[in-house]
Amino acid sequence: MGAPPDISAAAAFMERRHRWRPAEALPWLAAVAAFFLFPDYTAFGTQVLIMILFALSLDLIMGYAGIVTLGHAAYFGAGAYAAGMLSAHLGWGEPLTGLMIAGLTAAAVGFVSGVVLLRYHGLTLLMLTLATAIMLQELANVQEEITGGFDGLLGISIDPIFGLFENDLWGRTYYWYALIVLFALFLIARRIVYSPFGQSLSGIRENVGRMHAIGSPVHRRLVTVYTISAGMAGIAGGLFAQSNAFVTLDVLSFARSGAVLIMLILGGTGRLYGAFVGATVYMVLEDELAKLSPEFWEFGIGLLLVLTVLFARRGLLGLIEDLGARFGKAKP
Amino acid sequence: MTAPLLEVRGLTKSFGALDVARGIDFRLGTGDRHALIGPNGAGKTTFVNLITGVLRPSAGQVLLQGEDVTALDQAARTRRGIVRTFQINQLFAGLTVLENVYMAVAERRGAANDLWRPAGAHREVTGEALDLLEKLRLQDDALKPVHELPYGRQRLVEIAIALGSRPKILLLDEPAAGVPSAESHIILDMIEDLSDEIAVLIIEHDMDVVFRFARQITVLVSGAVLTGGAPEDVAADPRVRDVYLGEARHG
Ligand SMILES: Nc1ncnc2c1ncn2[C@@H]1O[C@H](COP(=O)(O)OP(=O)(O)O)[C@@H](O)[C@H]1O
Ligand SMILES: [Mg+2]
Repeated sequence: MGAPPDISAAAAFMERRHRWRPAEALPWLAAVAAFFLFPDYTAFGTQVLIMILFALSLDLIMGYAGIVTLGHAAYFGAGAYAAGMLSAHLGWGEPLTGLMIAGLTAAAVGFVSGVVLLRYHGLTLLMLTLATAIMLQELANVQEEITGGFDGLLGISIDPIFGLFENDLWGRTYYWYALIVLFALFLIARRIVYSPFGQSLSGIRENVGRMHAIGSPVHRRLVTVYTISAGMAGIAGGLFAQSNAFVTLDVLSFARSGAVLIMLILGGTGRLYGAFVGATVYMVLEDELAKLSPEFWEFGIGLLLVLTVLFARRGLLGLIEDLGARFGKAKP
Repeated sequence: MTAPLLEVRGLTKSFGALDVARGIDFRLGTGDRHALIGPNGAGKTTFVNLITGVLRPSAGQVLLQGEDVTALDQAARTRRGIVRTFQINQLFAGLTVLENVYMAVAERRGAANDLWRPAGAHREVTGEALDLLEKLRLQDDALKPVHELPYGRQRLVEIAIALGSRPKILLLDEPAAGVPSAESHIILDMIEDLSDEIAVLIIEHDMDVVFRFARQITVLVSGAVLTGGAPEDVAADPRVRDVYLGEARHG
């Protein structure tokens, strides 16, 4: 094995890079197993799946393209209100088209805001993302007649999926619904990050100056991925509205933008599966610790975040990988 | 007479009170091998920044084959063939050597707009990137993260990325400065092997390199062209000895 890898080895690596690794089955097997192991928790599990999807959408822009945002709830909320209002005002209860419209609405909001926002960098960009979500929340607040304002949007009623699968009291149907939607969108996200386009996003994250110098249309690339990410966040929001049959201003809140950011950092950015680990750990801890006391939860998540950014810069998933490597059994 | 490949007219730039480019006129033709020399702070890097569109000039024009490109941004100029390397490495630090070069080739070939097929399925891009790595003897490092390479080899990657853009005009900003001789030989051989269809401007302090490589020299001092011409004439010019060679001798 002493000889250095030759050209064909490098070419072969490039061609195999995007292939599925066995360990990638784990999160999906875990999601299926959780359904049977924790039958009383399917409604909670559905909310976890929704937040995984939301964190995954954030990973596309933050983990890959390096755009840090404090306002990603803007697009989750846009999707949630779109799906909610579709049913509450227009009586459109068909869930799949509802999700599609939620995604398209959020993508449109993402495109318009992205064209402006993404001209800026650093702190300016961060503040503009924050301002976008705040303004959208305020807009939803004052447009009471259509959004329900502070009291929330009532009267959402969703038809059975494919006209067949009615949601039951325990939210079992919606668990599968959310899991399938998550899987479908994950496949899209996975294709994107392994494509040359995805490669160019990593280039923008690593050295935007050099990207300009090699002739890359940086702004166009960023707007494209931002729009896709917003659409994905909107679908997560749509699932949220449909599964809860209720939307409040909270979907657009700073707390939600902050939570998804924390989830992704906890799990690990720029690695797709970080969203799965981060959202699950965050929400399970929230659920368990908040049972003890709310202060416990806030302190607990704060401590976990501090430990992560200090000692596991690549997130929990990065930590698992490092430990796996140390004990000789490599993980994804 | 057809328009020169690159023509710069009255290029002027100031940072506040500091004039870093003062009405520079300059031409580069196909196949030219031109050296730009001058003391530190003369404005050589700024000149490259103005030609490539990193900076906007206060006055003056940059023409590519007679067409005014002064209003075009950096990326658009690169796509038209004006390509540079950086005095201070500008690499994609967290990515592998192969990915660094793949990036430039994928942009040039338009593959980087593809967000569906896997990067590895664009074999023509991988193949071209690997050819460049071989040319710069980087093939054994292809799969290493670029930040793990020693400085001299990173310098080779810096140049490989630029070649990935297939320049018509290649602007090399001190490509071999601070590079150990093992790598500087690779760099200089590569420059000598460049096709005659490429025009090259090199900023370089090492006079041996300048005389080995350049057929014309321009001397820049305090943002203005002091003199220019064939290497023998420039070397014999007493003013050049004063401001540049003299300084080099003391340094
Ligand atoms: N962005 C900038 N802002 C202000 N001053 C600058 C900037 N870039 C370069 N300078 C100044 O312009 C002068 C020329 O710099 P430079 O073009 O890098 O010189 P050289 O490459 O010949 O050493 C220097 O005095 C430098 O400090
Ligand atoms: Mg310089």
